[in-house]
Amino acid sequence: MNKIPNRAEMCEVLKEAAAKDRDVVVLCSDSRGSGSMTSFAEQFPEQFVEVGIAEQDLVGIAAGLASCGKKAFAVSPASFISTRSYEQCKVDCAYSNTNVKLIGISGGISYGALGMSHHSAQDIAAMSAIPGMRVYLPSDRHQTRKLFEALLQDRQTAYIRVGRNPVEDVYEEGNVPFEMNRATVLREGADVLLVACGEMVKPVQEAAERLSWEGISAAVLDMYCVKPLDREGLLKAAKGKKLVVTAEEHAPFGGLGSMVAQVISAEDPKRVINLALPDAPVITGTSKEVFAYYGLTGEGIAETVRKALEG
Amino acid sequence: MYALKAKAYDLRQDVLDIIVSGGGGHIGGDMSCMEIMLTLYSRMNITPETQNDPDRDRFVLSKGHCVETLYAVLADRGFLDIEEVKAKFSRFGSEYIGHPHNTLPGIEMNSGSLGHGLSVCVGMALAGRMDGRKYRVYTLMGDGELAEGSVWEALMAAGHYRLDNLCAVVDRNHLQISGNTEDVMGHHDLHARFAAFDWHVIDVADGNDADQLNAAFDEAERTKGRPTIIIADTVKGKGSALMENKASWHHHLPNAEEYEIISRELKERKEALLHE
Repeated sequence: MNKIPNRAEMCEVLKEAAAKDRDVVVLCSDSRGSGSMTSFAEQFPEQFVEVGIAEQDLVGIAAGLASCGKKAFAVSPASFISTRSYEQCKVDCAYSNTNVKLIGISGGISYGALGMSHHSAQDIAAMSAIPGMRVYLPSDRHQTRKLFEALLQDRQTAYIRVGRNPVEDVYEEGNVPFEMNRATVLREGADVLLVACGEMVKPVQEAAERLSWEGISAAVLDMYCVKPLDREGLLKAAKGKKLVVTAEEHAPFGGLGSMVAQVISAEDPKRVINLALPDAPVITGTSKEVFAYYGLTGEGIAETVRKALEG
Repeated sequence: MYALKAKAYDLRQDVLDIIVSGGGGHIGGDMSCMEIMLTLYSRMNITPETQNDPDRDRFVLSKGHCVETLYAVLADRGFLDIEEVKAKFSRFGSEYIGHPHNTLPGIEMNSGSLGHGLSVCVGMALAGRMDGRKYRVYTLMGDGELAEGSVWEALMAAGHYRLDNLCAVVDRNHLQISGNTEDVMGHHDLHARFAAFDWHVIDVADGNDADQLNAAFDEAERTKGRPTIIIADTVKGKGSALMENKASWHHHLPNAEEYEIISRELKERKEALLHE
């Protein structure tokens, strides 16, 4: 089991970039620990800005820095940066067209028992609704590295959600197929298409494996780029399939499932099932326990597919 | 200084024309902050030719609804064509909308929602310090805007980082859309509040007087180790008795008769400057 969380890998990429480029700046809102940014702050104090517990200020300051040529990475818990500073994300980043990368750490239900105040199950919907905002949810540490290396090269704003705890690798070191804004095909299949983002990619992969034992052939798509959604890749993967199933660590409205269903219904109508968290405060527990409770596991997803194909 | 003072009345006429042409605008605040913006632009190190120079001074209009005054001042400085602004303001498909937009020359950031400008300016000032550049950063806020919590987050950060390349101005016209600021959400002793956040605070008794404003901006430039905030006591609707100190003129659209009265009074006040 991998022990390196995505956030730690993100910090490594940013440190490597900061060493070569003094315009790379990281901002935190008393969140350097939870963001794995402590070593960045120590090694690059001149390129690190602490704003205190003030998320609106965090994003506004990041936008001001970016407007002066800085590559600003604002790092704060996803629950706060995506809602407390939502207007700054909209006006100061997307609308003003500043190069601010908004990093939502401890995304989804990473904070487990801390409750709904600390969960970000609305961030995909909220951020995707902003014109000009891109939304990315990397699935493992290897893809996180590729994604941040790509983001360092562009000059547009984006929201990136990363989880708190280490997750099992989806990709292998040295073999990480990645193209910016293109979904990655993890598995070819004939009967069903499974689409996921972030921490749901691994369970979906496992579901496809389980289904294969029973003679059900499932394709798997890692849609880390929720916005801009890879329509072309989605339609290509969905072609000829009986069923599309999406899985996400998000509320059931306005997330990956909604966006996939929108494309499929318009371009290649067929049944789409969206697996997500409930429209309610989630049950108390670790991510693993909560995912199991709501059927967001390899077996749970496989069971949804079996039932749908029987029905 | 006569020229600048007189110009303030000419540009008020431009603002009036823009608003009447576009069918709406925030006339009360536009008129109160005219001398502040005009004085600032007469000092700032920015021209249409240097608008992308990394060493230029920066200005962010945090009270973005007073964009009509910004348009008039930017046109006066050669960034915009005033006749085009008047012809297109708020019309279908126009780039001249009712709040600042940075696709237009001379505008750094989009604003409109209150309480954003100061944080952005903190970022600009930090960037200037990181890069060892000498530029100064200015923002203009309304007094009603000060009820936004984000303003106080930014005040705290600027004080903490001792950003002496940053200067904020409060257009203290004492009125907001619902009435007197002290009735809506009292500011009490603003000077003491800002000072408590580690800012150098300058009170300008007549914020519609370019001489007093220039003296305050001079003092701000001389002040080291702290950011400066200027509380400019202004008259909302300044320029005509018809609209002065009246909350109802926050975004009142003058009718034809009111337009004539205001235009006449603007001319008279400009004339009177000659005899001061």
